[in-house]
Amino acid sequence: MTMPVDAAPVLEVENLTKHFPIRRGVLSRVVGQVRALDGVSFAIRQGETLGLVGESGCGKSTAGKTILKLLAPTAGRILLEGEDITGLDRRAMRPYRRRMQIVFQDPYASLNPRARVGAIIAAPFAVHGLTDPTERRRRVADLMQRVGLDPDQAASFPHEFSGGQRQRIGIARALALNPSLIVCDEPVSALDVSVQAQVVNLMADLQRQLGLAYLFISHDLGVIAHISHRVAVMYLGQIVEMADKHALFANPRHPYTEALLAAAPEPDPRARGRRRAIITGEVPSAANPPPGCRFHLRCPLAQARCCSEPPPLRRTDDGRMLACHLR
Amino acid sequence: MAAAAALLQVRDLETHLQVGDTALPAVNKVSFTLGAGETLGVVGESGCGKSMTALSLLRLQPEPPARIVGGQVLFDGRDLLQLSPAEIRDIRGDAISMIFQEPMTSLNPVMTAGRQIAESLIRHRGMGRRAAMDRAVEMLDQVRLPDPARRARDYPHQLSGGMRQRVMIAMAMATGPRLLIADEPTTALDVTIQAQILDLIEELQRRSGTALLLITHDLGVIAEMADRVVVMYAGRKVEEAPVEALFDRPLHPYTIGLLASVPRIRRDDSPDTETLAEIPGTVPVLSSIPEGCAFAPRCARATDRCRRESPPLEQKDAGHAVACWEATP
Repeated sequence: MTMPVDAAPVLEVENLTKHFPIRRGVLSRVVGQVRALDGVSFAIRQGETLGLVGESGCGKSTAGKTILKLLAPTAGRILLEGEDITGLDRRAMRPYRRRMQIVFQDPYASLNPRARVGAIIAAPFAVHGLTDPTERRRRVADLMQRVGLDPDQAASFPHEFSGGQRQRIGIARALALNPSLIVCDEPVSALDVSVQAQVVNLMADLQRQLGLAYLFISHDLGVIAHISHRVAVMYLGQIVEMADKHALFANPRHPYTEALLAAAPEPDPRARGRRRAIITGEVPSAANPPPGCRFHLRCPLAQARCCSEPPPLRRTDDGRMLACHLR
Repeated sequence: MAAAAALLQVRDLETHLQVGDTALPAVNKVSFTLGAGETLGVVGESGCGKSMTALSLLRLQPEPPARIVGGQVLFDGRDLLQLSPAEIRDIRGDAISMIFQEPMTSLNPVMTAGRQIAESLIRHRGMGRRAAMDRAVEMLDQVRLPDPARRARDYPHQLSGGMRQRVMIAMAMATGPRLLIADEPTTALDVTIQAQILDLIEELQRRSGTALLLITHDLGVIAEMADRVVVMYAGRKVEEAPVEALFDRPLHPYTIGLLASVPRIRRDDSPDTETLAEIPGTVPVLSSIPEGCAFAPRCARATDRCRRESPPLEQKDAGHAVACWEATP
C-alpha cells in the first residue's frame, strides 16, 4: 500500500449515536427513545474490511446508514478521510457522497426496474457532472467488465439478470465514482450459497485492486469470518468486542461473542455437539435497554456489578477492544 | 435403516407446475425413505424443489399451479396420495405435523397461542376444551416458552419470532406425531435463537421418537442435525448419503462445489483460504432446465454425454447414491 502510515483512516466514527423517538397520542408527544446506536467508535483504513456482526436489532444496519448520513446522527462524529462530515447538510454532503457508497442486501429492490442497466450504473455520473455520452458509455463498459458482467448487456433491464448478477450491478453502481469507502449492508444474504461465493470473491478482488475500505455488515458469521480483517461484535446498539478476526474467532473473550460462535452451526458433522445454545432468552428491547451491562440478563457469567455498572469498552493487554467486567 | 422398517417411503414423486400450456417438473421423480426416529435432511438452493417435495407429501402443494402427477407417498404402508380429502386431513397435524420458516403465516392471527394448540387436540384427540387448554399450556412449557400460562393467552403478533416458532413446535408436537416435517424452521431466526430451537427440536425428537424430515438450504444445520442427507438440484435428487459420508466424500460435482463454497469460521490459527470455491453460473430456472444433466452447464467435468442424457441415480457405496455420469467414488 502506498499510503503513508500517518494518513488518516478512510473512516473514523467517534461515539456515534442514533436514537429514534417513540411518539404517542394525537400530539405525537415523544414518550421515549429507541437507542438503536449508542456510542459506537471505530476506524477503517484504506484496503481494510471491518466486519460488523450481531443479531437483529443490534444496530449494525443503523450504524451503516448513519455513517452515510442517510440517517441524521443524534450524537457523535463521523470523519471521512480526516474531514468531519457530521454536521453537513445535503448540499454540503455532495462532494463527499462520491467517496462513500453503499451496496444493499436486496439488489432487486435497490435497482429501478424500468431503467436499463447501463443507465443505472451511469446515474451517479449525471448527478456528479460527468455528462459526455461517449465517455459515460466507456466508463459503464469498464465497470461492467470489472464486476464480471458482459458490457453488451448494458441495454438490458434488471429483471433479465439473476440475483447474483443483480448484486454485481449494484456493486458496479457503487464503484462508479471511485469511492474510498463502501458500506456493504448484508450484500450476500439474499443469495444462494454457490452464488454468494462468487460475489464475496468479487468484492475481495475489487478491494485488493482498488484499495477500497469496506464496512461489511452481516449476521452471517461465516461470511464475516471470511471477508473481514477486523470484526466488531454489536449487541443492543453497542460494540461489545472488536479485534483482529483471527484473535476474535480463535479466542472470543466477550461472553456474547462466545455465545454467537457456539450457536453458529458448522458444516462439519464431526464438529457435532459443538453447537450449543449457551445463552437463553432473547434480545431485550432497545427502547428500554437493561441497566449495567446490556448483556447481563442473558449472560451466564453475570455478577452483581454487571447489573448496575455499564462496562466501558477498553483496550485489553492483547490489543483488542472489550466491554466486560469479568474478562 | 432397513426398508422394511421405513415409516415413510416416497417413490418417484412428481409434482408439476402448470404455467400456460407447459408443465414444469418442480419435483422430478424423487424417492427416499425415512425410518422411525430418524432425521433425513433435504438440502438444496432456491428452486431445487425441496419445499415443493415437503408440501406434496401432505398434499399441501399450492394447486393450481402445482399438481402431483405421479408417484407414491407410503406412510406406514398407506399411500397418502390415494387417500380421500377427509382421510388426509385426519393425518395432517396428527400423525404427521409440519412447521414452516415463517410461523406467522401458519398461525391464526386472531386466535390465542393456547387456543390454537387446544383446537388441534380437540379435533384429533377428542379432548374436552378445558383439558385441551391445560395440555396446551403444558406443551408451551415443554417448548420452554417463558411464563406459559400467560403466553397461552397471547395472540401471535404479541410474540417474538423465536416465541412464535416455539408455539408452532408446541402445536406440531401436541398430538405426538410420528413424523415431523420442518421446512427451514430456523432460517428466519437469529443464530442464538436458532441454536435454542434446534436444541429443542432434537430434545423433543429424542423424547418422543418422532422421525424428522428437515428441509434447509443451510449445510451447517444439516451437519448438526441429519442422520442421512438428500441433495436436490433442479427438481431432482442428485445425491443421497449418510451425513458423514456426504461431508467427507461428496460424489456429485454439485455437492462438492456447494460444500467448498461455504465460508467457514476458523476457530484456530490455521491460515485463511484466500478465495472461496465458486460454482460458475446460477441455478437454472424451472422453465429452462437444460437437456441431460441439469448441472452440466455449471460442471467442470461435463462431457457430451452429460449434456445429452440425464444420469440415473446409482448406488456407489453403502447408502451412498449419486446421479452423475462422471462421479468417481
